[in-house]
Parts: sequence; C-alpha cells; structure tokens
Amino acid sequence: MAYTEEELKKELETKEYEYGFYTDIESDTFPVGLNEDIVRAISMKKEEPEWMTEWRLEAFRVWKEMEEPEWANVKYKKPDFQAISYYSAPMNKPKYDSLDEVDPELLDTFKRLGISLEEQKKLAGVAVDVVMDSVSVATTFKKTLAEKGIIFCSISEAIKEHPELVKKYIGSVVPRKDNFYAALNSAVFSDGSFCYIPKGVRCPMELSTYFRINQAGTGQFERTLVIADEGSYVSYLEGCTAPMRDENQLHAAVVELIALDDAEIKYSTVQNWFPGDKEGKGGVFNFVTKRGLCETNAKISWTQVETGSAVTWKYPSCVLKGDNSIGEFYSIAVTNNYQQADTGTKMIHLGRNTRSTIISKGISAGKSQNSYRGLVQINSRAENARNFSQCDSLLMGNECGAHTFPYIEAKNKTSQVEHEATTSKIGEDQIFYCNQRGIDTEKAIALIVNGFSKEVLNKLPMEFAVEAQKLLEISLEGSVG
Amino acid sequence: MAFENTVDVNHPVHEVRSEAIKNFENLGFPSKKMEEWKYTSLKSLLKSDMSVFPKKESNLDYKDVKQYFIHEIESYKIVFIDGVYSSHLSETSHEGLDVCLMSAALSKPKYRLLIENYFNKIAVRDGLTSLNTAFSKEGAFINIPRGVVVEKPIQILHFSTGMESSLMTQPRNLIVVGENAHVQIIERHQSLTDNPTLTNSVTEIFANKRGIVDYYKIQNDKDAASLIDNTYISQQRNSHVSVHTFSLGGKLTRNNLQFFQKGEYLDSTLKGITITDKKQHVDHSTLVHHAQPNCESHQDYKGIYADKSTGVFNGRIVVEKEAQKTNGFQQSNNILLDDTATINAKPQLEIFADDVRCSHGCTIGQLDDEALLYLRSRGIPKKEATALLMFGFANNVLESVKIPELKQRITRLIADKLGVNLGFDL
Repeated sequence: MAYTEEELKKELETKEYEYGFYTDIESDTFPVGLNEDIVRAISMKKEEPEWMTEWRLEAFRVWKEMEEPEWANVKYKKPDFQAISYYSAPMNKPKYDSLDEVDPELLDTFKRLGISLEEQKKLAGVAVDVVMDSVSVATTFKKTLAEKGIIFCSISEAIKEHPELVKKYIGSVVPRKDNFYAALNSAVFSDGSFCYIPKGVRCPMELSTYFRINQAGTGQFERTLVIADEGSYVSYLEGCTAPMRDENQLHAAVVELIALDDAEIKYSTVQNWFPGDKEGKGGVFNFVTKRGLCETNAKISWTQVETGSAVTWKYPSCVLKGDNSIGEFYSIAVTNNYQQADTGTKMIHLGRNTRSTIISKGISAGKSQNSYRGLVQINSRAENARNFSQCDSLLMGNECGAHTFPYIEAKNKTSQVEHEATTSKIGEDQIFYCNQRGIDTEKAIALIVNGFSKEVLNKLPMEFAVEAQKLLEISLEGSVG
Repeated sequence: MAFENTVDVNHPVHEVRSEAIKNFENLGFPSKKMEEWKYTSLKSLLKSDMSVFPKKESNLDYKDVKQYFIHEIESYKIVFIDGVYSSHLSETSHEGLDVCLMSAALSKPKYRLLIENYFNKIAVRDGLTSLNTAFSKEGAFINIPRGVVVEKPIQILHFSTGMESSLMTQPRNLIVVGENAHVQIIERHQSLTDNPTLTNSVTEIFANKRGIVDYYKIQNDKDAASLIDNTYISQQRNSHVSVHTFSLGGKLTRNNLQFFQKGEYLDSTLKGITITDKKQHVDHSTLVHHAQPNCESHQDYKGIYADKSTGVFNGRIVVEKEAQKTNGFQQSNNILLDDTATINAKPQLEIFADDVRCSHGCTIGQLDDEALLYLRSRGIPKKEATALLMFGFANNVLESVKIPELKQRITRLIADKLGVNLGFDL
C-alpha cells in the first residue's frame, strides 16, 4: 500500500473523480457471502487479537437473529446480504481512468465544481485518513498530531496498538445489538478511523476521514470511534464518494463519539455517495448509525450535508448523559431524481440543564422523497432540559414529497421543548425578482436554496462549507420545473 | 348480529357487517406495536371480560341526569342508556329534518338511499371501527336537508348505568348535512357508575357543498370509564366543519379524528383542550387529508397534564399531489405540571405538493413564573392564579365555541377540574 501524502494530495486535487468513476486498482476481495468463517477471516486478515474476533462473532450471532427494519419512510429492494463481498482492499497504488471515459454531462458538472487553488491550500492543511473500500489507506500529519499526544489512525491499527482504549469504548455508545445494520457492521467492519484527544488538548487542525467505495459488488462497513478526553476539543470531517454503478451498493457504517467531561466534538459530514442515475438506477444504500455520548458539560455537534445516496437512513444522535451537556444537530438533506432520504436525529436528555438544538433543512426535487424523523426525549431526571427544533422543507416540483415525523416525549415539568416545522416552495415572485436583475432561473434557485440552508452551512468548517455549497447547486441542477 | 333481527339480510348493510366481522377477525384490537398506537395501550382495558350487549334495560329520571345536558338552551336530544334509546329523555324530530335513530334509519325504506350512499363510506377499515360496524346496535342519525339552518343545537348523550359489571358499547352515529345547511351538535359520553365501561364510538359526518357543521365533544367521564372515539368527516366544496374536543375526565380517552377533504375552497378546524390528572390517559390522533386544491385546515390543541397522567398528540397532515395552494396549520401546546406526567407528541407532515404552506408547532413548557408572581403579588391565591393562567393558555380554543351556554358550561367544568371558583364566566 504505497500511498504517500503526495498522492493523496493529488487525489484531492483531482476532485473530478469523486463524482463517479471507478479507480482501476487491483484489489484483494473476499468471495461473496457472510458466515462465521468470513467474520473470522476478516478478523484474521486484520491481525486482530482474540477478544476482537470474539466481539465480532458475538455481533454476527446477534445479527443473524435480527430482522431488517421497515419503519423508515423509504422503499427499496432489500439488499441480499449473501451477495455482497465483505472485504475488499486495494493492492496497488491507484491509477486513474482517463477522463474521456466519463460521461460528458458529468464532466460539465465537474468543471463547475472545480475547487479553486485557495481552497486546495486550505484543504492541504487538513489531516486526512482515507478509507478506500473499507480499508484505511493513508493517514496524514500523523507526526504533528503525535506531538500533542493525539492518536489519529485507522481503527485496525488502534485495535493493535491501543487495545485498552478500543476495548473500553467500542460498542459503548452503539451497542452491537442496537439495530440490524449496527450489528452487521460490528461483525464485519473492515476498517475505519480512530481518534483519541488527550485531556485538555485542543486539536490544532481539522481531522478528516475520506470514505470511498471503489470495488464493485462490495459493501462498505467502516467504523469510526472518536474519544475526546476531559476538556479537549476536536473538529472532525467526513467525506464520502462512490463510483457510478448500475447496481446498488451497501454502506453500513457506525460512528461512535465519546465526549468526556468538558470536552467538545464537532463532527461534520458531507455525504455524496453516488445517488443513482436519473432513472433511479444504481446508487448507494446508506444505512448509518451515528451516536455520541456527552458527559458533564460536554458538547457534541453534528453537522451534515446529505446530497448523495439512493436511500439514506441516518440519525446522528446525542445522548446527553451528563449535567449541562449540549447536543446540536444541523442538517441539510437534498434529494433529487429518485433519491429517498429518511434522516434526522435523536436527542436523549438524561442529565440536568441539558440543551439541544435541531435545525434540519430538507430540499426535495424531481421524484424524490425526503423525510425528517427525529426524537426528543426528556427523561424525568432532566431538570430544566431545553430543546429547540426547527425543520424546514422546500419542495421543487409536484412529484416529490417532503415529510416530517418528529417524536417528542417529555417527562419533566421543568423542561421546555419547542418544535416547529414549515413546508414551502420557492416563490415565483422570488425567482421573478432575480430574473429581473439578470440572474437566470437556475442561478436564482441556487441563490435561494443557499439562503434557505445558510443556517446549517454556517456551521460547517470553512473548507467544507464551500464544497457543500457547490454540491447543493449541482444536486439540484435541472430541477427547475 | 343483533341487527340481523331488525334488518333483512338482503339489505346492503348486511354485507357491510359481514365484511366488518371478517375484518375485525383479521385485524383484532390494535397493539402498541402499531405506529398509530405507539403511545396508547388498550391492554389494561381489554384484560377483563366485557359484555357487548346489555342484558337488561335500565331507566333514568331526567332530574338525575339533568346536569349532563346543556339544559339552559332549547335543543333536540337523542339519549341512549347503555346503548339503548331512551325515548322519554329524548326529543327527536322528523319535521323538515331528521333527528332520529340509527336503527330506524337502517330499517325504514325511505332512508335506504341515504344509507346506501353514506353508511360506512368514509369509516376507516381498522380493527376498532370494524368492530363497531359489526356490532353497533344504535346511535344517532341526523339528516339535514339542503338549505336548512337548524335553529337549535342537537345533543347526543350516551349514558352507561353500570347494571352490568363491565360493559362495552358500540354507538354508531351518522350525520348528513345537505348543501347550504347548518347544524350544531354536542356529543357526550357519560358513565353513571364506578364499574369500568368502554365505549367504542364511530361517527361519520358528511358535509355537502357550503354546509356548516360545528361539532362539540365533551369528555368528562368517571375515573373508570374509557372511550375510543372514531370520528370521520368528509367535506365537499366550500364547506366548513369544526370539531372541538374537551377531554377532562375518564380513564383512557382516545380520539381518532380524521378529515377527508373532497372539494375545493373548504376548511377544517380541529381544536381541543385536555386537562388531566391522576392516572388519566388522553390520546388525540388526528388526520387531515388534503386531496383538493385551495383548502385550509387548522389544528389547535392545548394540554395540561398533572399527577401521573399521560397525554398523546399524534397529528398528521397529508397533502396529496393535487392539493396545490393548501394552507395547513397545526399546533400543539402542552404544559406539564408534575415530573410524573408525560406528554408524547408526534406532529407529522406528509407533503406531496409543492405549492403549499404547511406548518406545525409543538411546545412543551410550564406556566410563566413571573406571570404567577404578578398575580400573587396582587392578592390572588396560588391556586386561582395558576387556574387563571391556564384559562389564558386554553382561551384560544375556548373562545371559538359558538354556543355561549356551552362555553359557560365548559368553563365551569374546567374550573371544577382545577378545583377553583373563579367567580366569573369567560
């Protein structure tokens, strides 16, 4: 795996590739299917200690008993879990396909997405862990981080080198039995990122993971574990892409965040898995479990921009266990063509004076369905708990749907919960106003959508915000009816 | 089954019933596993055997039950005791309009067309409604011909006397309001016993073009009485239907209130006040189905929950693709008075049309301490001050009650519930 920092940078520069082609790398792929032997084989391949193998097998046994959840407001053909290869690792360094092979329509999209040099410079200042086909291929800036005592590596490395940390925290926030996909992930996860920030350390740079599904017929199961020790701070970015394929690919990740006393974790995602083509063919099934645990005075902030995936099923949650802890969720979910998204958050208030904020913006276009599903739960011990939720939906065209399913459960008389939701469309008068001033309709829509999403975009780290803004424009292209 | 004695088997209703029995056999009672029943369990109600048909008929004197009528005003009355019609307490009519009995409507040939057109036409085929369709024996039948403005309200009262140790009744009401007609209806279920009772009521309301229906439900039952109220409303062009639900008493109350909009330029109003204590459980499950353009809906529910009571608000607005220019509004405000009380809210929007304005708001909070201090510093005792603030909180709903005597009565019921005497009527 000769993959240097230089090459990584090059990959980041050649951003075009992100939106859909296959990197022709020879890879080491397991036969399809799933049984205990495969789980053992994955564990062996990763040279894992005995306890990890057992942990996986236990998860696999639980998973076998479980059924796929059906409550989400999405329709799709269920993946055949025996037709997926559960392990695929790149063997050589990547060679890029020539751009001529890419759909010209797509190329045009790329050109408009092209990231300026300024941004590239900024991007270069980010420590990145690249996970390709569920195997971590490179971690940059390791030395700089190590000086501060920060551990930032692939999870398989962490299992070998920091077993005490992994053993203590893995599965502590998202237990193996949590749900169908979490159990599956626990059994077969092949890699992912691990991050530990020691007591009182403020991580000097943004940490970033970049996920990519490359190989056909494989599922991606990565596992991220972020531990912020007392009084520390970290901002973590996550980006995802996949090549264009006719078949649906499965992505079932688990992300666990642990914010100990007074710590703060900021977790940002720009999810841009291949959403399927205009006819709704192909695309990634994105079934992700993300959850964070806040101890006293801790804060976890989730920010996500969801533009990709054929089907999204994702609820980044916060368990506000400690007193005075804070949970935040900022989300933009854009669906176009035949995409379906069922996304939202859970805020579980257990401690006193816990607060949570939920800002969710859904934009649906084409024939897509976009649902917000969220839970705000105030337990009887959670004195003075406070929640504010706002879910706004924007509809473009009359073939799409926007849905809101908030669950609010309050058991404490001193708690205050507010929820509001609105649904609207882009006013003809707004577009007319822009047209009048020489802004064409497509640009006008981009402008308005940007304004609509501003509250969330503002929460993203700089380098992501720019990219996210462009993604929004591209995702909605051609949706003007 | 009971109907088969009075209805010939060739009657279309016979088929409806057989189908409903089959339906119920398949579906059974709802369980908490069903999304719509996530927060309400019928388990405790269904564990004891219930008799479905009362064995003996009982009688009541008007003076004993007068307090349950809005007796200050002239009105038509349809009264049932343990599901059986009580002619001497009732005041029905066939002059210019029909305020009579379901059993009469089902058996008399002159109503056959109405029954064929309306009976069981919008009732959802779920377990409980099917159970009612299969076994309902009696209920109110109200038919207001076109252009008739009914000059006095109609009161529908269902009494349970508790002659049976525990009784399950299945009242079935059908209300047809013709074009340009206007009617006000007050419905109340009242138990007169401490024995457990369970009422599984189904009401279908049809509002034709420009019809106006104001429907008020008073739910202030005894501690052992439970009510599952299923109300289905179908509206035609330019009609206005409002349903107010006042849930103050009873062990378990579940209101399934569903509006189906079938014409343009109409509006639907759903309002409710819920005040609970002890171990009460009140569940408001609403649906407004927007299927036509240019319609409006307003939902406004206020809830105050004390002791170990539980409140559920499960509101749903569905806007179909065709229903452009819909204006849907939904609000649920709740106050928790004790840490042992629970509120579960699920305000949902399902929208398939783009040119709509839909919003919902849901809040959970408490009374403003400063306002309370303000009142108390002016010599108003805490209990009264709290009550005053609660009245203020619920006033939005109360003030849209169009019958002054009814408004007074509800104000008094609320004051009683809060244990205060305000010395004035709102």
